[in-house]
Amino acid sequence: MRICVVGCGAVGSLFAANLACLDDVEVWAFDLNELHVAAINRDGLRLTGAGEVVGRPRATADPSAIPPCDFGIVATKAMHTESAIAATAHAFADGIVATVQNGLGNEETLAKHVERVIRGTTFPAGKLLEPGHVQWDVQGDTTFGPYDDRVALAEVEELADACTRAGMPTHAVADARGPQWRKVIFNASTNPIGALTGLTHGRVCERPALRRLVSGLVDEGKAVAAAQGIELDADPEALIDHAARPEVAYDHKASMLQDVEAQRATEVDYLNGGIVHFGLETGVATPLHESIWALIKGMEASWTQS
Amino acid sequence: MNRIVVAGAGSIGSLLAGHLARVAEVTVLTRREEHATALRENGLRVSGRSDFTSQLAATADPFRLPEDTELAILACKGTDLEPLAATLEGRLPNATVMTIQNGLGAEEVVAAHGDWPLLSAVTFMSGTRHGDDHVEYVLDTATWIGPFRETTEADAREAAELIESGGLKAEAFHDLRPAQWSKLVFNATVNGVAALTSLPHDFHFAQTERLSDLGHLVHDLVDEGRAVAQAAGVQMHDDPWEMNVLATERGDRHFPSMLEDVEARRPTELESINGALVREARARGVPVPLHEALYRLVKAREASYSE
Repeated sequence: MRICVVGCGAVGSLFAANLACLDDVEVWAFDLNELHVAAINRDGLRLTGAGEVVGRPRATADPSAIPPCDFGIVATKAMHTESAIAATAHAFADGIVATVQNGLGNEETLAKHVERVIRGTTFPAGKLLEPGHVQWDVQGDTTFGPYDDRVALAEVEELADACTRAGMPTHAVADARGPQWRKVIFNASTNPIGALTGLTHGRVCERPALRRLVSGLVDEGKAVAAAQGIELDADPEALIDHAARPEVAYDHKASMLQDVEAQRATEVDYLNGGIVHFGLETGVATPLHESIWALIKGMEASWTQS
Repeated sequence: MNRIVVAGAGSIGSLLAGHLARVAEVTVLTRREEHATALRENGLRVSGRSDFTSQLAATADPFRLPEDTELAILACKGTDLEPLAATLEGRLPNATVMTIQNGLGAEEVVAAHGDWPLLSAVTFMSGTRHGDDHVEYVLDTATWIGPFRETTEADAREAAELIESGGLKAEAFHDLRPAQWSKLVFNATVNGVAALTSLPHDFHFAQTERLSDLGHLVHDLVDEGRAVAQAAGVQMHDDPWEMNVLATERGDRHFPSMLEDVEARRPTELESINGALVREARARGVPVPLHEALYRLVKAREASYSE
């Protein structure tokens, strides 16, 4: 089996390094970061933290170097999905492309460029420490499911089985929208609140009025999911309260807070913006998500002002 | 009205003091002694839309204000008003006191500390301080004045004429609440959004092309504020959305004080502006989910200073 990981940041590296340890899988890692690519090809891709792994995927920054693959795993930030898949689609002409990205709309973008798509959601997280070296912060499950009927569940199971054998526990399900929406609702209801206030996840949750605002966002997200017939696999509220515990993620600065502190574009268009879009399609009002989306976009706009 | 005290020498207090000193005896009350010293020694330079230097008296000691003061304008920030009013208790027996703070409730704070006749004012002018003895007059929009307690429209007119004779714009009203509410809704919306986004009040606030443009949020916040005003029995004097569009079209890129406060990690006027609006809404049973969200977010932003 040949798999290409498209976008080899923290999450992509977790998949690429682990999968590359399997004897029956040939792994390619595509990333535009030339230093990262060179380090991987020289010393291997090293994970430290929640797991100690050195994998040896074949890394490249040149999309034309990627041979035809059975599977793709797209792990770029959501705003780079379009350009990443446009550059690499040729490698998946006879293959299937899975996404492990954040937010909503990635599957739709992939499906414009490749025939067959797998919906996915992943919880592991990490951080690129230096070229070729990723800190593995959080272990967690991944869920894959067919995007539409052009992909059979048995094919999804084949990819999930490889990931699981590689040390990334992965489930194949007929409808992966439940876990996807649970994670999107979690992220869209907490990340921008951290970004706007500067507070860590735990401190957001211990302010009762602010926690009620988070619940207002969760409720809008649940209503949009329900209107599409999506059954959440668990209540996002439980995930939010769990993460607020001191031993879990009380002191965690949401990735969006890290983005705004570094004045980097956020994934808000694919989180709150995604919920707003699906709300419009299903006739569900999402005034709080619209407001939060506009505030984060305003914040991004402030960085380009003199 | 010839003997005037201006308490608070931020940009609004400085603009009032500098202009009034051309037509009356003005004493400025500052918070810092070196600020008072600079004003006494150098005078107060006004640039921008005016260009002159005024000579005036200044002190940081509230007990050295002239007892025969006829008009005391309290131009400090809302957060400083309570302690200021407390130091004036039992003093300035002949003065009419005028508040000019943002938001709601300033008059009540002062009223609790003495039985002076009270005038209410809201101001739409703006300035930028370039030091203790220099203020730039930026926006030459008017200050509106109305009676509050034991004063009449005629008293408001007298104060307005005095301010006009000094070279600023002012207008008297028989009831200031419609103007005060226009400004309250405008400030709660614009200041709150600016504080959270770090954007000055610029074209983004009126943009509505894309779904995620800020103008939609500003418009919705104004609609909520209008519903609260209506429930309070107030027909706003100006439409805050139009005020927003006009201000952004002028292209001034004004930095609201709440944004400056948040960036300097200082306490903001959130309670007297957004807090006042949200409490009015709750008291009258008007749902304001977006203003509630804005209020909670800025409040939490202030809490993050201690991180």
